[in-house]
Formats: sequence, structure tokens, C-alpha cells
Amino acid sequence: MDFGFSEEQELLRSQARDFLDRQVPTSAVRALMASDSAHDPSLYARMVDLGWTAIPFPEQYGGLGLGMVDMTVVLEELGRHVAPSPLISSVALAGMTLLHGGSDAQRQQLLPGLASGESIGTVALVEQSGRWDAHGVQMPARPSGDSWVLSGEKLYVADAHIADWMLVAARTGPGDGDGVTLFVVDTAAPGVTVRQLKTMDQTRRVASVSFADVTVSADRVVGGEGRGWSVLRRGIDRALVAISAELCGVAQRAMEMSVEYAKTRQQFGRPIGSYQAVSHKCADMLVAVESAKSLTYHAAWAVDNDVPEAPMAAAMAKAYASDAARKVTGDAIQVHGGIGFTWEHDMHLYFKRAKWGETTLGDAVYHRERVAQALEL
Amino acid sequence: MDFSLTPEQARFRDGLRAWLRDNLAEELATPLPPMGSREALQRRQAWQRKVHAAGYVGVSWPVEYGGRGMSPIESMIVNEELSRAKAPDLINVIGLNMAGPTIIHHGTAEQKQQHLQAILTADDIWCQGFSEPNSGSDLASLQTRAVEDGDHFVVNGQKVWTTLGHVAKWCILLTRTGSAEEKHSGLTYLIVDMKSPGVEVKPLVQMTGDAEFNEIYFTDVRVPRTNLLGGVGEGWRVAMTTLMHERATLGVALQVRSRIAFDELSALARETRDDGHARSDDPLVRQRLAQLYIENEAMRFNGYRGLTRMLRGEPPGPEGSINKLMWSEVNQRLMETALEVLGPAALLADGEPTAPARGHWSYGFLRSRANSIEGGTSEVLRNIIAERVLGLPRSR
Repeated sequence: MDFGFSEEQELLRSQARDFLDRQVPTSAVRALMASDSAHDPSLYARMVDLGWTAIPFPEQYGGLGLGMVDMTVVLEELGRHVAPSPLISSVALAGMTLLHGGSDAQRQQLLPGLASGESIGTVALVEQSGRWDAHGVQMPARPSGDSWVLSGEKLYVADAHIADWMLVAARTGPGDGDGVTLFVVDTAAPGVTVRQLKTMDQTRRVASVSFADVTVSADRVVGGEGRGWSVLRRGIDRALVAISAELCGVAQRAMEMSVEYAKTRQQFGRPIGSYQAVSHKCADMLVAVESAKSLTYHAAWAVDNDVPEAPMAAAMAKAYASDAARKVTGDAIQVHGGIGFTWEHDMHLYFKRAKWGETTLGDAVYHRERVAQALEL
Repeated sequence: MDFSLTPEQARFRDGLRAWLRDNLAEELATPLPPMGSREALQRRQAWQRKVHAAGYVGVSWPVEYGGRGMSPIESMIVNEELSRAKAPDLINVIGLNMAGPTIIHHGTAEQKQQHLQAILTADDIWCQGFSEPNSGSDLASLQTRAVEDGDHFVVNGQKVWTTLGHVAKWCILLTRTGSAEEKHSGLTYLIVDMKSPGVEVKPLVQMTGDAEFNEIYFTDVRVPRTNLLGGVGEGWRVAMTTLMHERATLGVALQVRSRIAFDELSALARETRDDGHARSDDPLVRQRLAQLYIENEAMRFNGYRGLTRMLRGEPPGPEGSINKLMWSEVNQRLMETALEVLGPAALLADGEPTAPARGHWSYGFLRSRANSIEGGTSEVLRNIIAERVLGLPRSR
């Protein structure tokens, strides 16, 4: 048993932190937040140069042949810096789904682009109901000759505005899981319209994507007709780990900022951190951050090794990290007092990113219910 | 990162499982009488002796002191497997987890020779004399006085919350030899024979109606100088070794117990019906149970991270304090949830024929209030985390 990172992984972490400290200070995050796309292709290209997009792909697809444990290291650091990047949607969500469910031809065709950063992928899943489960997939795909025709709207699609293609879940039959089919659709295909949604977290954009009779050829079905949900689930488990890792980084930094502030901010002639009302809040932050990390690291190991409890491990990590990051960043605002509530102070960037992570792919309530089902309650 | 056991560790675990399969049923055939009678003590001592004879007590102690020189992983395996099999607790818990490791670290050759083997075999039961009526969280303010008198110390004072005090042969006693102003540096650590003249033990009845703990009064008790552990004035340093081991041990053992309690609670929620529906169908109950399970797993993995640090020879991290703090709150919430699942029947206590599980849950609910006080209050643990881990200024 060894529940810790290797020397190589620690090196990856310090390299990532150095890079992000230099290249993505919060002034850069704010500049991107104010831009049209919140995406800087040159910044992403440098992340590609560092190998981050290639980490979890096998070498035959241009990857480094590593896994989600290694991705966790990088994503924690990205969260620590609230850095805008499509790494989660492109590599962890679309990439891992295609890797685990796509045909050889689809993998050969699409994965090297994701690994090299030349293309960006994402997944379009949720609809008006806001449900993240198979039942929420109601948008129909009709057979038409050798092709399929998609009509409807998907919501909260992360990074769709900069994606080259997306995996779209559509309904091709009755039954919750059994009636879902997954399609590869180019964002530039005729009939596809992407509209960025104005959300509270403008450092990570989500979009509504409408499909007006979009024709998709049969060779772009992933995993077979009616097999979409089982394919998607494996990708989603990995993306849950990725989001949890980012949430750990977000919460970690919010805690560090609170502790630094509590040591220096003086009220009534002494540092506010000497008051237990403040210091105990900080202690509770540590409990939450460390426990979120423990569950996330274990889930990363579990999906990498495909152990039977991997889906449960991913659900536990996401449930805990979702609550932890919201609570820690919220308490961090409280520790900072009035300044923490201003636009000028960076804490709102963390608080908002925490909310994105909490909501995306299902909140704590959703994943606790999954845990309850796995426990046969 | 790797969560699997080595082949040797897996063999060790399987050996223990097989041994428990062959030996535990007989042990559990006659229910253990509650502590208090002579028979109760003897039964528990005999069980520890049996486990020791099979080679599963003190496995991580050095070979020269009767252990097997194994790593903390094997120690964790023993803890997990004994708990999972619902084996009786090893009676000499203070000796094994606190006094023994402290003697190994700070004891003289004679002290090691005299005490360690008898701790492993439960021939000598140990208790701990640290807390006092006016010194709980602020341990270093303790007032039990030890005065040097030739080859002896003369001890006067009172200790409280002494687990096993009424059956113990030996007590690890923290005393004041210096002035009150010296605080930490005025403390001295002694090993006291509980049969010495002047030692009086009184049971301390707690809010459950039980007397798990005792008060000990010391009146002119003469303790030979050879029973000094560490030097005069070095008591605090020695006591830290004891407390570090207490918390490290708690980390693994508490999580396993909590998991067993969770499984019992899940069964209760499935079996208890409300208007024809299992209570486990209630979305609110499901959310609470899932959260308890998740937090319990978080404690397990926190414990593994702490263990990994230890195995890598790194300084201890915050995991011990974090897990004690989490466990007390998780266990209190677990008991509260159980009582909510039961509805008004939760009020029924042992002795009432219709009491669910013979009052197991109502007892647990009351007992759990001590969890956030014993072994370091939640407030003290938050201070420790804030000051020692996060580096915040000392609270005043």
C-alpha cells in the first residue's frame, strides 16, 4: 500500500505550479474573463507543450500513457489558479469517453488531435430538465437512410464555443440507459448553433447548442446504437475525478488565502487568526480540503485501475468535493470580511468556479443518491 | 499510488482471518459479561492472551520486546480484521497503545524488561492518569504533586476519566514536580503501582448510567525513583509520545468501528418501516446515510495517507487530528440519524422489553456525546490544526 504521489508526480506538480504562477496570475484570469471567449490559444498551446493534454492517452494516440492520477496533479494546480482552459471538457470528458467507448477508427481519427491540442472536444448531455442522468436525455435522433438526424437543444455544454467537435447524447429508443446513443458531431456542421450562456463564472464558458435537423453519418455513432449511456458513464467517471481535483485546488487556495489574511489582518489590536471564531473556521477548511483530496486521489486510482468500486469512488469524491469547495470558498469570503465581497478581491473567482464544479455533472445531492443506490439502500 | 497489499501482507491478513474463523465463534458463544465482575476481566484477559499466543498482539513492536517488528500496515490489518470480525476488544488498550510505546521510547532497560511482556499478555492491566478535575484541555496546568524524598517520590492529588482504573495494576501518571509557573517544564512522568498504599479508586458514573471511567485519589503515595520515565521535568515530552500514539491508534481503529456502526444503521433503516415503506426509501434518510458513508471513507483514506507518510519516514501530517475531529462528529450524527429512523421507539432503553436492539441505539446516542470531549476535545483539536498545521497565531 502506498497512498501518495511518486517523485515524478511531485515534479509534475511543482512544474505546473511554477508555470501557472508565472503565466496565469489572477490578472491574466481577469483579462480572459473579460474577453469574448475566455480562451487564450497561445496559453493552451503552452499547456500542450508541457504535455498536459497528452497525459492520459495511450502512446499510440500521441499520449504519454499515464492516467487520471497524473491528471489530478495538474488539475489541482489549475484549480489553485482558477486558470481558464478546456482541459477538463476536452481531455477528461470527451477524450476519456472516446478512449473507453470509441471504435479503433474513431480513436485513431480524433484522439491524437486532443492529445496534441490541435483540436478541442466536449460532451453535450444536459437538456432543459437539468438532469445529468440517462433519463434527462430526451433530444431525439431519427434514423434517415444510412444516417441519423438530430433535432433539439443541449445546455451547459462546457467550452462548446471553442470546441471542434462534441459527443452528443440523443434518444434513439425507450428505456433510460438503453435508449441513448452517442454521436460525434462537428460544431461547424450545418444546423449546429452554439450560443454562449451568460453565467456567474465567466472564467469557464458554457453554451447552449441547438441542433436543427443535423445529419450525422452512421460511422459517427460511438459504441453502437443504444449503447451511448454505458459508454458515457465511463467517461463521466473520469471527468468527475477531474472536476473533483480542480475543486480540491480551488478550495486549497481559498484556504491558503484565508490563513494568510488571518495572520496579518489586525482587529482590536491583534491578528484576527488569534480569535477562535476565525481560526476554527480555518481548521474546518483544512479538514474539508484534506478529506476531499483523499477521496479524489482514491477515485483517480480507482478509475485508472478499473476496479469495480470505481463509479462509487468517483461519485463519493464529487459529492464531497462539491460541498467542500462551496463551503470553504464561502467561509473564505467570511474570513476576509468586507474586502472578500468586493470585485477587486480575487475570492469571488474561486467562489464562482467552485459553483461551476459543484453543479457540473451532478451536485452532491445527485451523487449521494448514486452512493445510496450502490449501497443498496 | 497503490492500494493493494503485498503478497506477504495479504498472506498475513488471510492467516489472521483463518485464525479468527477457527477461534472466534467459541469466544463469542457465551456473551461477554459487562465489565465490573472478576469474571468479565478474566474472560477479556484470556482472549488477549489467546490472540497474543497466535502472534497478533503488538505486531509492530520490536522483536526484542516481544513484538514481530512488522510495519504499521500489519498493525492496521490486525485492527481492521479484529474489528470487522466483531472480536472482543483487547482489554489492555492503554498498555498496548500508550504505555507500551512510551516505555519502548523512553524507558530504562529494567523498565522494558519488567513491563512490556506483561502488557502484551494482559497479565498487567494499565491505566492512564493524565486528566484532572481542573485540567482537561489545558493538561499542562495539572496539579497532582510529586515531591522527591530520597529514593522515592511522594504523590498527592486526584485524576479523573481513568479508563480501567479499577482493574489496573499500573498507572502512567503525569505529575507536577516543579512550580505551577513552570507549566510544561515542571512536569514529571511516573509509573505507579495501583496497589500502593494511598491509592483509592472510585467509579465515575456517567450520563449513560455506566461507570466506564474512574476517579483516582493519591494520598502520600510513595513511588520508587526507579519508576521515573524520562527525567524529572521531562514529563511533557514523554507525555507527547503517549498522546501521539493515542491519536495514531485512534485514527485506524475509530474508522473501522464507525464503518461497523454504519452497516448496522443501514440494516436498521432497511428493516424499520413507516407506513409500509422502509425508512431507507426516504430521500432524506438516504442522503444522510450516503453522507455518513462518504465521510467514513474519507477518514479511511485520510488514515492511509497518514500511514503512507509514516512508511516513507516523513514527519506526521495532520491526519490524526483531522480524523479524531471528523470521527466524533460523524459518530454523533450517525447516532442521531439512527434515533430519527426509529421514531419514538428510540426513547426505549435496555430493560424495556420492546426496546429496539435492547437499547443499543439509545445507549449509543447518549455515549456519543463524549466523543467530541474524550481524547482531545473538538475545540482543542481545532486549535492544534489552526496553530500547528496552518501556523495561525496562538489563540488567547
